[in-house]
Amino acid sequence: MNFETTIGLEVHVELKTKTKMFSPSPVAYGAEPNMNTNVIDFGFPGVLPTVNREAYRLGIMVALALNAEVATETHFDRKNYFYPDNPKAYQITQFEQPLARNGWIEIEVGGKKKKIGIEEMHVEEDAGKNTHGDAGYSYVDLNRQGTPLIEIVSKPDIASPEEAYAYLEKLRQTIQFTGASDVKMEEGSMRVDTNISIRPIGADKLGTKTELKNLNSFNYVRQGLDYEEKRQAEVLLSGGQIRQETRRFDETSGETILMRVKEGSDDYRYFPEPDIPPFDISPEWIEEIGAKIPEMPDKRRARYVGELGIPEYDANLLTDTKEMSDFFEATLAAGADPKLASNWLMGEVNAFMNAHKLELQQTKLTPANLATMIKLIQDGTISSKIAKKVFQETIQKGTEPEAWVKEKGLVQESDPTVLTPIITAILDDNEQSIIDFQNGKDRAVGFLVGQIMKQTHGKANPKVVNTILMAELNKR
Amino acid sequence: MISKDQVAHVAKLARLSFSDAELEQFTHQLDQIIAMENELAEVPTDGVTPTTQVSDERNVFRADVPVTDGPTRDQLLQNVPESKDGLIKVPTIIDKGEADA
Repeated sequence: MNFETTIGLEVHVELKTKTKMFSPSPVAYGAEPNMNTNVIDFGFPGVLPTVNREAYRLGIMVALALNAEVATETHFDRKNYFYPDNPKAYQITQFEQPLARNGWIEIEVGGKKKKIGIEEMHVEEDAGKNTHGDAGYSYVDLNRQGTPLIEIVSKPDIASPEEAYAYLEKLRQTIQFTGASDVKMEEGSMRVDTNISIRPIGADKLGTKTELKNLNSFNYVRQGLDYEEKRQAEVLLSGGQIRQETRRFDETSGETILMRVKEGSDDYRYFPEPDIPPFDISPEWIEEIGAKIPEMPDKRRARYVGELGIPEYDANLLTDTKEMSDFFEATLAAGADPKLASNWLMGEVNAFMNAHKLELQQTKLTPANLATMIKLIQDGTISSKIAKKVFQETIQKGTEPEAWVKEKGLVQESDPTVLTPIITAILDDNEQSIIDFQNGKDRAVGFLVGQIMKQTHGKANPKVVNTILMAELNKR
Repeated sequence: MISKDQVAHVAKLARLSFSDAELEQFTHQLDQIIAMENELAEVPTDGVTPTTQVSDERNVFRADVPVTDGPTRDQLLQNVPESKDGLIKVPTIIDKGEADA
């Protein structure tokens, strides 16, 4: 028997605001426990929630970037559950009339394009952080309580772990470009829950689904779903039945482990939030937000490949984040050659960012300085070897390359009347190398070039050196 | 009619524990409340927009500006049963899956 797979993804994304969803407490990382809290976050009696306009605006922006229809009338609902990380004993969310419905994004797997539908997306508040201690006690930090989230629920269109991975990657990239969130799995600003079921090909009814939790990277999502797909097939083929259960992905073994069997559906007893008046979201506001959405990565990629001749692979990396893509475009605007700018960004700049664990905008590099440096290489002012020195200086200290190169005397020496005497002197000192060259040993040339470079402190123009050296060698 | 099982279920969701006699009593009381609500449900409401709040306000948004002049953390923590190192100390509850954001 062959099976087809249906995967659903629920993605929570933190919206980048200064204050919480329903309270004016600051949202900030790394604060001392419970410092970013107030009476609303603590759920004290009599407090009233108020809706953060900026959070809703960012939510609309995400919805529009994901091609969804924004609801023009909405209200909030209470989702009831008891847990110490949620002192009100309910979460304020949008249940009946979510922020938007019917979105989609296009993914590409194995060269095939496919649209993945988004059922709905809604804004809600995050819970606090609960740390289990010993002796039967836990410790609660409410700093995260109330952080604005948008939850994005996919339609059952995802048919393989590969597609799930591509969907998440596309979702992350799209949201990153809107600037509505940092969308970083490792920092918890993007979180993924999945469910998966399989059924015999052609069967009308979806199979029983299992949920997967504890997925800390897109790769783990793919691995966990892979494992679960095979496990379910084995269970069904051996005559067993899939139970509705929640499983945990174990990163060391790559297996999924049973957490709990679900008995009946969750009973959250939703009801409309009486403390928050309903909202009319005006088409004008939606339009205004839509007009501010920057050009999306797909379009930029197509432009880079089509108009600038950047290889597809590089264009993908250049559009990984909006910061990188904007930087690239600003470097071109400052007059740099597109391919050279791309090569530097993908090569040395990325290597520097990785080595120092920095984001592009955390380095001192500016598009203008990168463009100037590329120009200095192109017009022969500096050698590519010197360029690496200039690069380190400008990315670490923000130094303007042209002035620095002049000040440090790093301008490449291309003048034959200067280089020829140096080269003939080196030849005079290295009789053996000339004999080796005449005996057909090419290595001798490399050695001589090395000597010339040493003598000129790496400033000699390699092309000019080569021409003069060969001419001088042939004279002897 | 509400059953004793339904009352027990609601009690479980609310983390409440009742004796059998209490369950009997609450089932009876809740039954009366629901009977009254069923009576209300007979009022014809076709074409009436549901009322979810009564302030008559709409579209009340707050600007995204932090306010930090309220009670301090230590003042806030005076209202929790126990705290330690700025954290709220609570008995450990095993996550039964109802704590998802």
